[in-house]
Amino acid sequence: MEPVAGMTLRNSYQRATPDHGVARDTQPRTADSMSRTSRIIVLIAALLLSLTYYLPLWEISLEAPQYPEGLGLEIWINQMQGQNPGDLNKINNLNHYIGMKTIHPESIKELSIMPWIMRGLMLCGIIVAWIGKRRLLLVWLVLFVVMAVAGLVDFYLWGYDYGHNLDMENAIIKVPGMTYQPPLIGSKQLLNFTAYSWPGPAGWVAVGVFMISALIYYLERRPPMQPSREVPRVH
Amino acid sequence: MTRSIAKTILIGAASLIIAALLGGCGNGSKEGVGGTGDAASRVYVAPGTHDEFYAFMSGGFTGQVGVYGLPSGRLLRQVPVFSQNAENGYGYSEETKNMFMTSFGFVPWDDAHHPQLSQTDGVPDGRWLFINGNNTPRVARLDLETFETTEIIELPHSGGNHASPFLTPNTEYVLAGTRFSVPIPQQDVAINTYKDNFKGTLSFIKVDSATGSMSLSFQILVPGFNYDLSHAGKGPSYGWAFFSTYNTEQANTLLEVNASRNDKDYMAAVNWKLAEKYVADGKAKAIPASYRHNYLDDARIAQSEVIKTVKVLDPRECPGMIYYIPTPKSPHGADVDPTGEYIVGGGKLATVIPVHSFSKMLKAIENKEFDGEVDGIPVLKYESVLAGEVQNPGLGPLHTEFDGKGYAYTSMFISSEIVKWKLGTWEVVDRVPTYYSIGHLMIPGGDSKAPFGKYVIALNKITKDRYLPTGPELTHSAQLYDITGDKMQLLLDFPTIGEPHYAQALPADLVKPNSVRYFPIAENKNPHAITAENQARVERDGRLVRVYMSTIRTHFAPDNIEGIRVGDSVLFHVTNLEQDWDVPHGFAVMGANNAELLVMPGETRTLAWKPQSAGVFPFYCTDFCSALHQEMQGYIRVSK
Repeated sequence: MEPVAGMTLRNSYQRATPDHGVARDTQPRTADSMSRTSRIIVLIAALLLSLTYYLPLWEISLEAPQYPEGLGLEIWINQMQGQNPGDLNKINNLNHYIGMKTIHPESIKELSIMPWIMRGLMLCGIIVAWIGKRRLLLVWLVLFVVMAVAGLVDFYLWGYDYGHNLDMENAIIKVPGMTYQPPLIGSKQLLNFTAYSWPGPAGWVAVGVFMISALIYYLERRPPMQPSREVPRVH
Repeated sequence: MTRSIAKTILIGAASLIIAALLGGCGNGSKEGVGGTGDAASRVYVAPGTHDEFYAFMSGGFTGQVGVYGLPSGRLLRQVPVFSQNAENGYGYSEETKNMFMTSFGFVPWDDAHHPQLSQTDGVPDGRWLFINGNNTPRVARLDLETFETTEIIELPHSGGNHASPFLTPNTEYVLAGTRFSVPIPQQDVAINTYKDNFKGTLSFIKVDSATGSMSLSFQILVPGFNYDLSHAGKGPSYGWAFFSTYNTEQANTLLEVNASRNDKDYMAAVNWKLAEKYVADGKAKAIPASYRHNYLDDARIAQSEVIKTVKVLDPRECPGMIYYIPTPKSPHGADVDPTGEYIVGGGKLATVIPVHSFSKMLKAIENKEFDGEVDGIPVLKYESVLAGEVQNPGLGPLHTEFDGKGYAYTSMFISSEIVKWKLGTWEVVDRVPTYYSIGHLMIPGGDSKAPFGKYVIALNKITKDRYLPTGPELTHSAQLYDITGDKMQLLLDFPTIGEPHYAQALPADLVKPNSVRYFPIAENKNPHAITAENQARVERDGRLVRVYMSTIRTHFAPDNIEGIRVGDSVLFHVTNLEQDWDVPHGFAVMGANNAELLVMPGETRTLAWKPQSAGVFPFYCTDFCSALHQEMQGYIRVSK
């Protein structure tokens, strides 16, 4: 086959894996079905989400001169803990100066819900890969965004509650107008601490999974109403 | 013609410039390795950066260990070992006072001379530090994860634990020879019956390789000399240990003169592997004794056990176990070089430094080249064992360490200098003055199989005008010399705590990563610990009142204590609930007759207090802990 002028990205993508990637020889493809390679990639991406059980999703780091060893919180899918052993204890102890509530990970209900959400998301991803429909992939991507936004909103509200609902009666340090909500994302000065809030390794894995799946969705696009122009290769 | 002359001149000039540049480079690099470079920059450790070495120096009569950084000479910490320490309650608190129990009762002081770092395969491993109590014979072990004294074992049948605590290459044993010979067992005899009734002992303390726990394995009964210093063999001489002796004259009065008569005293060579075998074969007699073994248990509480017997080997029944090597003259150091072949004797009144050869010693033993015997111990012929003598080294050779590059460094007390000489040729290659009257010297790892080298430290006995004067009692002084070049170069003087007799140093990386930051509160096994503030309480049991108290920034709980009566005994069980690095809390009660407490994060320490009169008495935190440290206080009400 001679290269065709104006060859689409899809063509070059298919050409990259001519023998086992594209299912053109074995089964007739409707406009909505994805290639086997794409389905395998979506499957792997969905399975990669299981890494969120082994790595922190989100990290809040606190920097101050007296803490050269670092101080911070890690939010995992099912737990909240210090970046170093004892950090949660230290943060709770510091918070008592400003009248902040103590953080008790066992009482944060999201930590028992999130594992189920993640399992659901993984299962959906596997189903999408199994059925192989591009439109289902879109549904999955939308679901992904909805869950991520819901998570961030929840995180914001949690931070807002901790940062604003202070026990002013017993607070030792009272700075008029000061609240202590950690940044949603990015950095913020909270008295002597600079607080940084960024996705953790598992958070970046989730972002990566989303990006790859979105890329697959993009690469699998094909112009409607146009039958396959592919011709069997002449040997 | 003129042009070619000009060309020749130009080329000549160019080569001169190049030669000068090359020469300049050569000098430059030499300066960097111990030439005449800037001493200050070579000991400067910038703010916030760490020293390359930890140095542990004995505190002598303070009974403590001084921990220094090298090359800066900065004092990092004083670890109390054989001295009660009111500053943190060591030896006063209920958890630590048992550390000072001995067969004489409570002995809260001692004279600590020789620190020794635990070794694996003949090289310091950074796990433990051992140090001797010279006066009331004891050996202590410090844990280098916490830098605290975790164990002290007393030695029976010893009159002064000076030749101690020297280690075998895998820390199998701590060696300990008695300085004073005494009647064994102790008895009421005339002092001038010394020759008949006085004996010495060489003790072998077994060290558990996993926990470091010490137990007195056996003692060797030896003639009544003074046993001064020691070192174990390594490499080919592994399995042997060497002890220097003086007063082989066996004088009991005016030793200054009477113990200096013999031309040669002895170096005792002990085959400890064979001694082990004799013990296993049942050759050792268990004889009565009474000594204490004190240690911090799992709950970090000092326990004290009385032990009533010890196994003793008699050389007369154990052929081949011990030999005497004649060594001039009242030797101090018994120092084995890194290869394990040479044993250097520091004869403090000798005019030479004698070096014995281990291989020649074995041959002399095989050929029975003996020069008589003492109490069943064969005396080897001096010449048969001698490897060589360093001629005209200076006056008063005391102690030798090694740089691992074929050189030995010997301290000269009387001529106040360090003398560097070459092993094998025995020639002196360099000497530098010390200020003043050096005792021991120390090279990092300098008595090990693989010295770390780089510096030698002089541990001086006299300071005089070296620092700003502080009345009649002056600081003792250490001096740091660079030994990376051909010539030793003095870089730094720094003051030390107490009197540093001997010292040890090792690369910081062997210790630093293991340093404990706090004790996990969940692992606190003290029976009087509380793990949360809501457990704080006061309990009365007759006249005994127990206050279960917590500390956390920035308050005590409870902080108002009432119901105490005059005549009660009060125990404050203070648990520091902090789980943060470098946040100890102090506990100090007005008029306490014992001490204050410093309680490390996650730890429980107990102070006993006897209220003497009715009234209200404050207590407070003595370790600045937070912005509200001054608010960390409370009151105890005492009623009639």
